[in-house]
Amino acid sequence: MSSPIVHVSGIRKTYGRTVAVADVSFDTHEGEIFGLIGPNGAGKTTTLECVEGLRRPDSGAISVLGLDPAREKSRLQGRIGVQLQEAQLQKRIKVWEAVDLWASLYRRPLDGGRLLDQLGLAEKRNAWFMTLSGGQKQRLFIALALINDPEVVFLDELTTGLDPQARRAIWDLVRGIRERGKTVVLTTHLMEEAERLCDRVAIIDHGRIIDVDTPAGLVARHCPDRTVVLAADDPAAEAAFQAIPRVDGVSHDGGRFTIRGRGDDLVTNVIQCLSEHRIRVTDFRTVMPTLEDVFLTLTGHSIRD
Amino acid sequence: MLRGLWKLTWIEIKVFVREPLGVIGTVGMPVVAFVVLSRVFGGRPTRGVARIAADVPAFGAILIALSAVLSLITVIAIYREGGILKRLRATPLSPVTILAAHVIVKLLFTAITLGLMIAAGKRYYTLPPEVSLASFTLALLFSTLSVLAIGFVIASVVPTARFAQPVGTIVLYPMIACSGLFVPVDALPAAMQRAAQVLPLTYAVSLLKGIWQGDGWSAHVGDVAALLIVFGLCTALSSRVFRWE
Ligand SMILES: Nc1ncnc2c1ncn2[C@@H]1O[C@H](COP(=O)(O)OP(=O)(O)OP(=O)(O)O)[C@@H](O)[C@H]1O
Ligand SMILES: [Mg+2]
Repeated sequence: MSSPIVHVSGIRKTYGRTVAVADVSFDTHEGEIFGLIGPNGAGKTTTLECVEGLRRPDSGAISVLGLDPAREKSRLQGRIGVQLQEAQLQKRIKVWEAVDLWASLYRRPLDGGRLLDQLGLAEKRNAWFMTLSGGQKQRLFIALALINDPEVVFLDELTTGLDPQARRAIWDLVRGIRERGKTVVLTTHLMEEAERLCDRVAIIDHGRIIDVDTPAGLVARHCPDRTVVLAADDPAAEAAFQAIPRVDGVSHDGGRFTIRGRGDDLVTNVIQCLSEHRIRVTDFRTVMPTLEDVFLTLTGHSIRD
Repeated sequence: MLRGLWKLTWIEIKVFVREPLGVIGTVGMPVVAFVVLSRVFGGRPTRGVARIAADVPAFGAILIALSAVLSLITVIAIYREGGILKRLRATPLSPVTILAAHVIVKLLFTAITLGLMIAAGKRYYTLPPEVSLASFTLALLFSTLSVLAIGFVIASVVPTARFAQPVGTIVLYPMIACSGLFVPVDALPAAMQRAAQVLPLTYAVSLLKGIWQGDGWSAHVGDVAALLIVFGLCTALSSRVFRWE
């Protein structure tokens, strides 16, 4: 595999007595959407700001596109795009003015008008920042992060506070960034967002990385349990289900069966059993564990606590 | 080196003007105060108020400077609280550029306010023939620059935007009392005289009064030096204590 775009190795950052980041290491590869997920105060923003060169870690090493963010900040800035959590702009700056200012700061900027168009902000170009909706503000921040055609984009809590519809629209935009061949590093505390958007995620809690993998890989390794719920009115069914390999338990309530087992093959095995025994099924549902369950398993607490 | 300075300055000018209340407060307040004072003292050449009357133009100028500095402190505090400073710093804009843009905006509006003040006060004061307007404007801009540097130090320590205005007012306006305006420094109690020596406003007042009375710059080398020292010290101090977030 080619050398990582972002390489973080054993960084630590404290604020007085607060240990914001205790020990974080991860690699991000070209063309992927990489997510840092964890609860409030886990150290996501601090980690990201160290990677962006806005903060200097107390110890550990970081390299972004082969550069040291702390020492080569200005060289790096031309090649990365940054969106900060909870950042604002001047209340009365117009959308096009912000884009124009940002564009003037880089050597080879993209066409600002086209970018606004692509992000659905064309008719807001003369609007003051303060009059934009939450989703429009985030789009503008994405535009500013993309204006220098960066190789890697950092997005901190991009969709926090947005309604589900605006959130989905932003997800599509982020996928669009990946489609252009860019690398995206984002943070979120929404498990659903990580699951749907990220190619790989790092779970971070109390300033430490607990595990890094694809969402499916994390679920497969840490939460192998699978559940199939189906409705059938065949009295022989229960015994047949019991005989399926790696089934841990079968319960039924009237005509509803709940089959608990492990491993990715469970669903296939259940379907095979149904066809072998010619069991007639009127309803069929699988319950898969999510990243939420992985988080709970790994940390012992829910991400919302 | 100062890439983006003019664009950012132009944007800050537009952003400032788009908030009418801020403009009225910053530009209008000194002008109104000046006109009111002029009506009280300026029109009557009575003996007792003659000396006060002579100080009113310098006082007006000082009000402009303080108003500009207060506005700077407030803007910086709001920008910091809103994460705007942090957002700007995460670009290739240099920190100096970001702050310089604000200084330029404030100096520009200082000059504009002075123009308005002179226009509004025409009935009471006319610039003495031997004084050049350019010279007086320069003296004011120079004084303002020096006090703006203090503003950056204050802006570094105010905890939130809500406190910016009151803290700035409490720190800045009492300086007028021992600045030599209205009451000469020699006539002040000993403690206030000592305070006057270290406060930059004293030198600004001396410079402005002198230039208004027709002094040449050579008569005020000491004031200019003192203001330069204040500017240097405060700039150095704020570069150490300034908080971007
Ligand atoms: N500037 C700061 N000064 C002092 N403490 C800080 C500062 N920034 C962050 N912290 C502390 O460091 C810890 C990690 O904060 P950080 O912002 O990195 O978390 P996060 O994972 O981004 O959280 P969130 O999901 O709420 O954004 C928290 O305990 C926070 O209080
Ligand atoms: Mg955060």
